[in-house]
Amino acid sequence: MAERKHAWGPRDQNVLIGKEITRLDAPTTIVGSAKYSADINSKGTLFAKLVTCKHAHAKIKKIDIEAAKKVPGVKAVHLFKDIDENEIKWDGDLIAAVAAERAEQAADGVKAIEATIEYEVLEHFVDEENLEAGKTAERAKELGSASEGDVEAAIKGAKVVHKGYYGIQTISHMCLEPHGSHCEWKGDDLDVHLSTQNVSGTAGQFAEPLGIDEANVTITGNYEGGGFGSKFQADEWGLAAAKMAKEAGRPVRLMLDRATELKTAGTRPSGFVEVTVAADAEGKVVAWDSHHWGTDGPGGGGVDVQQLPYPFKFPNFKRSQTGLECNTGPNRAWRAPPHPQLCAMTQTALDDLAAKLGMNSYDFFLKNLEFTLNDKAGTYAEEMAIAAKAIGWQEKWHPRGEGKGPVKRGLGMALHRWGGGAGPCTCEIKVHPDGSVETFLGSQDIGTGTRTIISIVLAETFGLPLSGVKVNLGSSKYPTSGASGGSITVGGVSGAHRRAAQDALWTIFDKVAEKYKVEADGLSAREGKIFAGKKEVCSWKDACRLIGPMPLVVKGEGPKKDGLTADQVGGVQMVDLSVDTETGNVRIHKFVCVQDCGLILDELTAKSQVLGALIMGIAYSLSEERIMDNKTGRYINADLKNYKLPRIGDVGELVAIMHQPASEYDRGVVGLGEPPVIAPGAAISNAVANAIGVRVPVLPLTPKRVLDALKKGGNA
Amino acid sequence: MSSFEFASPRTEAEAVELLAAHDGQTAVLAGGTDLVSLLKADIVTPQRVVDITNISSMKGVTSVTGGLLVGALTTLDEILVHPLLAGHPSLAHVADGVHAIQIQSAGTLGGDLCHLPNCWYFRNGYGLLGTLNGESLPAEGRSDFHAILGNQGPAKFVSASRFAPALIALGAKVRIVGPTPDQVTLLPIEYFYVTPKSSDQRVTVLTPGQLVTHVWLPEVSSTLASATYEVLQLEGLDYPLASAGVALEMNGRLVTEARVVLGHVAPTPWVSHDAAEVLKGRSIDEATAQAAGDAAVARATPLAHNEYKVQIARTAVKRALLRAVGQLEGVS
Repeated sequence: MAERKHAWGPRDQNVLIGKEITRLDAPTTIVGSAKYSADINSKGTLFAKLVTCKHAHAKIKKIDIEAAKKVPGVKAVHLFKDIDENEIKWDGDLIAAVAAERAEQAADGVKAIEATIEYEVLEHFVDEENLEAGKTAERAKELGSASEGDVEAAIKGAKVVHKGYYGIQTISHMCLEPHGSHCEWKGDDLDVHLSTQNVSGTAGQFAEPLGIDEANVTITGNYEGGGFGSKFQADEWGLAAAKMAKEAGRPVRLMLDRATELKTAGTRPSGFVEVTVAADAEGKVVAWDSHHWGTDGPGGGGVDVQQLPYPFKFPNFKRSQTGLECNTGPNRAWRAPPHPQLCAMTQTALDDLAAKLGMNSYDFFLKNLEFTLNDKAGTYAEEMAIAAKAIGWQEKWHPRGEGKGPVKRGLGMALHRWGGGAGPCTCEIKVHPDGSVETFLGSQDIGTGTRTIISIVLAETFGLPLSGVKVNLGSSKYPTSGASGGSITVGGVSGAHRRAAQDALWTIFDKVAEKYKVEADGLSAREGKIFAGKKEVCSWKDACRLIGPMPLVVKGEGPKKDGLTADQVGGVQMVDLSVDTETGNVRIHKFVCVQDCGLILDELTAKSQVLGALIMGIAYSLSEERIMDNKTGRYINADLKNYKLPRIGDVGELVAIMHQPASEYDRGVVGLGEPPVIAPGAAISNAVANAIGVRVPVLPLTPKRVLDALKKGGNA
Repeated sequence: MSSFEFASPRTEAEAVELLAAHDGQTAVLAGGTDLVSLLKADIVTPQRVVDITNISSMKGVTSVTGGLLVGALTTLDEILVHPLLAGHPSLAHVADGVHAIQIQSAGTLGGDLCHLPNCWYFRNGYGLLGTLNGESLPAEGRSDFHAILGNQGPAKFVSASRFAPALIALGAKVRIVGPTPDQVTLLPIEYFYVTPKSSDQRVTVLTPGQLVTHVWLPEVSSTLASATYEVLQLEGLDYPLASAGVALEMNGRLVTEARVVLGHVAPTPWVSHDAAEVLKGRSIDEATAQAAGDAAVARATPLAHNEYKVQIARTAVKRALLRAVGQLEGVS
């Protein structure tokens, strides 16, 4: 018998893999029958509300949570902060929670507690863009530096030197479904419906602080309304729900309100940078020198210094970073951390250098691809050519600021990279004697199509229709799988399932070979049948009957270095937009992303990831930002009115082109979830600079920033 | 949200009687787009909410001697398509700019006129004037969306009404009933708005127990041109950064009389006599529209974070004028 090796099949023989397949759970999510954590309402469920601090920095001198217990309907109260030890470090930090029969009774309980609180208000600092103010307030700390080569000499010998200032503001995760859970005790067992990206990894986070065994905790997360890197934890509010459920002897549902979701449940750190960058006469970058700062909240960190400039390694570079300790909500991983900030801080400066060189940005980036990381220069060049054709770069590009009239049009581009290697996954496949197939795994579908791609892999492998396989995920009682973060889920689950499914298929082939006296090596499964070469041997059901009375159970694991999965993706984005110089408004006309990601299992979900990322990118590039008020120290726009998000009318024509030559297919599956969200900031900022001839230094490019930059004037 | 009584009268008389109770600690509910969010945040805490949506006399548009009577409960989508309002394109421009079908369907003209300021300090519980320890927060803190005109007193928020600039330019009046049912006032909308000097004052002349029932619009002549231009950052639901409503009486191509009113730039809708003066006797073209825009903001006193709004207000005036005479091209 020939050696059996796990592998994907020849591309041209795929029936499902690589096709455009609608997400299998689309109908349930659209009609509302999909149950999110926020929908769980088992009998007797209590509703919880939070007492949060309205000061940026304070100590609680007095609080009486018993006051809430006198409110009709209140069944349990939880105190988050130890009064003697803990400082409140940001507006929106949690103080207490109240669970009651009805939501409005819980709100009355919150008011009863609020009336008892006395604060000692302390000095705050929230001015994250202001490095000097941070130093004066003694909130700044140096976070390291690195250098290579001789930057000073390279700058001295350069043809063109550019100095600039750039930045990107903090944003919040703004999950459509806020963080939260429904907790219910059944004897000593705790059932948690958790809005999470980490079904397998959160049971222990509940068990240990609650003093129970992890085996007594079940995490269920069948659907999730957005996480973007902010939902890996049980969180203190999850533990509060569990504790209050214990105290009341009733289930408790605690979902964050919108303001608390924005203030406390995760932010993406800000980054502001002063750059000197230099090029030779050919347009090749010879030196990079940067100092950047920003904040990730009370921790005083920021955007990792080690990854600037992005994604380049120039012959000579220096970089250093200062972190600002701010009274702002703490950071959490935000989709491709911290590449969007790195990209925005690097490729805006590079584009200004190109303008100073008098070069078309396209030619400049092409010239410097040799300095990109991860040996992707060739792929980037191919992607640039495809993107340029799709957007009409060569026909439309013009030197900066040459348009006539108040509305000026411009083109911009940027490129990105990401890892996306396969994450850990264990699955258990059951092939039943009646031919039905199901799998169990403690992974999660965070809205990205995990169920769909697992179904595609199983159905493709077994030669069945998608309806012939069933995917069971979203429970911590299923075989352990990794969290969905880092774009590692698709590789993790597809590799493990392909391995297990091929193992199962080979077992079945052996039985078929024995029964029908054919060579197992020559068998294939397609169209619900088993073939020997082109000759039909038996139906799939007939083959499965040979398993015996009990199902065939096969375990799949990953990741493994067997070629099913790989890592490293890249992409190029180009945008065509207009700037109304009389209002400062920016309108996207067309936004093209050419993206590689190895073997694509479902082209439709892959494209959807790209489109969603572009929309998210347009948001943080044009309108979305956390606005901190220096005076009160508060997150002053933590609502859906002033935290401005684009709607369909704001995003223009979005074009997702999956770059998938044979060489990409042969790499195997690579994750795609995050990377397309990296480049929009730089691409859009560069297009605005191309349109108006002035760099608007800090994202998002609001009317205020655009008009302020125009008024200030001067070339970039 | 705090507990309150709920009343649902059928007549204007019943409504004002219900509103006058509890020392005027009452609130009017129509479409609810503003009131409900204020109630939820405990920014307003009335003892009684009076739902006026069942008062049939306050609905619809009717012709009356000398003009039109538009019920305060007329919704935005009705304004958009009502044949009697076809001669007032400046009103349709406003309704069309509210990019949310829900608010177009539920929001009312009266609700818009009485909309409380969107100032983020007010909405975060720092009072109508946005103060902390006696200091003005818009003056000391973030004033990105605050007033650039009429902001030298303690009020630095901007008037939230989107229809008021157009209505004032058209010479409209507001019909107010109350505090007793027999007290009826017809007041030019220009005088409906006031700038509060202290946090216990209001943004309109309405006193407890008074209700806006209708808007009266004067008959329009065939030589009247009107338009509104709102500068919106987003294509979705968003509040204007600045707007302008204009009404021009034309003699051929020449302006004989102009009314230019800015919105979202001052604690009240801002009538710009300076801009109107520029236009008299001239034809509207890019240069005169620009000159009127310049005049409208010449006396602007921007705060620390909103100098950009001066340019936006200038543009709103310029584009409203060009739109009124059908010359607005090349911009959305």
